[in-house]
Amino acid sequence: MEIKVKLFATLRENRGKEVSLELKEGATAEDALKKLEIPKKEVAILMINGRDDDPGKELKSGDLLSIFPPVGGG
Amino acid sequence: MHGYRGKILRVNLTDHTWKVEDLDEKKALSYIGGRGLGSKIMAEEVDPNVDAFSPENKVIIATGPLTGTPTPAGGRYMVVTKSPLSGTIASSNSGGYWGSELKFAGYDLIILEGKSPKPVNVFIEDDKVELRDASHVWGKIVSETTEALAKEAPDKAKILCIGPAGEKLSKIAAVMNDINRAAGRSGVGAVLGSKNLKAIVVKGSSKPTIANPDKLKEVTKAARQNIKDNGVTGQGLPTYGTAVLVNIINEGGVFPTNNFQTTYFDKAENISGEHLAENFLIKRESCFACPIACGRYAKADDIEGGGPEYETIWAFGAACGVSDMKEVIKANYWCNELGLDTISAGVTIAAAMELYQRGKIKDNDIDEGLSLKFGDAKSMVEWTKKMGNREGMIGDKMAEGSHRMGEHFGMPEVAMAVKKLELPAYDPRGIQGQGLQYATSNRGGCHVRGYMISPEILGLPQKLDRFAIDGKAEWVKIFQDLTAYIDSAGLCLFTSFAIDAKGYADMISAVIGQEFSDADILEAGDRIWNLERNYNLKAGIDPSQDTLPKRLLEDPIPDGPSKGNKSRLSEMLPIYYNIRGWDESGIPKPETLQKLQVEA
Repeated sequence: MEIKVKLFATLRENRGKEVSLELKEGATAEDALKKLEIPKKEVAILMINGRDDDPGKELKSGDLLSIFPPVGGG
Repeated sequence: MHGYRGKILRVNLTDHTWKVEDLDEKKALSYIGGRGLGSKIMAEEVDPNVDAFSPENKVIIATGPLTGTPTPAGGRYMVVTKSPLSGTIASSNSGGYWGSELKFAGYDLIILEGKSPKPVNVFIEDDKVELRDASHVWGKIVSETTEALAKEAPDKAKILCIGPAGEKLSKIAAVMNDINRAAGRSGVGAVLGSKNLKAIVVKGSSKPTIANPDKLKEVTKAARQNIKDNGVTGQGLPTYGTAVLVNIINEGGVFPTNNFQTTYFDKAENISGEHLAENFLIKRESCFACPIACGRYAKADDIEGGGPEYETIWAFGAACGVSDMKEVIKANYWCNELGLDTISAGVTIAAAMELYQRGKIKDNDIDEGLSLKFGDAKSMVEWTKKMGNREGMIGDKMAEGSHRMGEHFGMPEVAMAVKKLELPAYDPRGIQGQGLQYATSNRGGCHVRGYMISPEILGLPQKLDRFAIDGKAEWVKIFQDLTAYIDSAGLCLFTSFAIDAKGYADMISAVIGQEFSDADILEAGDRIWNLERNYNLKAGIDPSQDTLPKRLLEDPIPDGPSKGNKSRLSEMLPIYYNIRGWDESGIPKPETLQKLQVEA
């Protein structure tokens, strides 16, 4: 299945802003992080379709994953 | 007492006299300083029903016991007065270097009273105080005022002033210092304007003493380490500034767009912190003793200056449907130069755009060559200038803020404001605790009276479900109380991402030499909160104003990741009143005030 991943701030370095990922059926957000070589400790906010979600949850084809390093304050 | 300077400078602008008074130590310990002590003095000296622009209103410029000490980000001061915009007590705070300099000159607070017969500047150099004619700088923009006064001042003096917006009594005018730092909110700049006070120039030569320097070194070292190790204060804010929030808030579908009509801006990338850093950023800036350095300095075409911050980018960006970062930078520049609050200015333009969209402002009302269409970036910059100068019919109405402008055009509900103070950049329909915080904030629509974005979006100190209401009232109270303390101590709120109540207690204990526990810190905040609430009630701001714009209560978010949600304020408010020790109608119970030793 294919999912879309949006990356932000420092996570864009060498990876770009947006990537499409081909994952096996049943794959989770954690699997997507592994494939993108993003260590879990660099991830502060992970949204699935704009909602905070369990990184261990099974993804569906067409899901949008948004990944942020620790950032914020305004 | 250490930390404090023990002196208050009281300036009578009517007859151009001044005197130095001793700080009441007992009162200082109860209300800490800054926002708390300033509000206490307002409650004692200024009738809550005073007209904000009358000479009977006072302006209290207040530092805290930690301002000007080596504590991290301890450079803040507060402008406390009655707000001409909201009618509430106002306390608007700013960083930079002016607040610490006032401490170095030997004062904790300045109380400004009366009204000068003609424009005047106050010059302070330690115990030397002078009131000087300001006619040569009256009408000048902030950078020109600052440059002109620097030539008349001792070397390295720090300058606070108002711009033309404050002089012209715009109800959304800011007090500016160090050229581009702003005590922005609640129209405090206009109160200085009403007193004919253009600037306060200050130079000091001695530092506040520290009760326990070894202990302070130890706790400051730990606090600085926490700030460095924390992802937000150690990496996020230094690298990208506050603007990095644009994409986070937008991805969550809570980035108010076109005056809160929608909450997902499809062109957000063009106004993001990442885009700013890549294309427009010249350098980073920091305030006094700050290890974070979140300040930005940006350039667009021939315009350069401090900022833009996240709130500013949103107000002149998504709120107005604008995706051109260059024009956002220009609008920000003009706000700094004219002395306007960027949040209120951008949101007021957005409201004018909606008035036009709904046919309340007609084509023939609009100044030649301009439009009020959502997304017209170039016009937006021109409106900002007109607002700051009260130029033309619409510019003049904009200078009154969104509520009064909306009323004039027969549709006050376009004002996205609470207690007439324009809302900031987070749609509370998808962040329930933040909505409760907006509705109950003592100065109206404000995010920094209790930054619920921290737990509800950023997951600090722990992640809360932003759509849930359970437990939110308790969280809001703690955040509001802790913030009231931070604002009173003279610290920057951003330290709270990395420092907890215990950390704050250790710092103030070491500085002033009186033991504070984390519970004492929160109790002081609670006391300050109730004092402000009491003042507002006496000023006629009744609890029915603890609400949100109708749109946010009744219209579900139409699309995007937070689709279908609306604020559940009415379910949270009774719980909040109860845990605050207020009665069902939102009035503090006598026993609550007694426990906190707040006079009824």
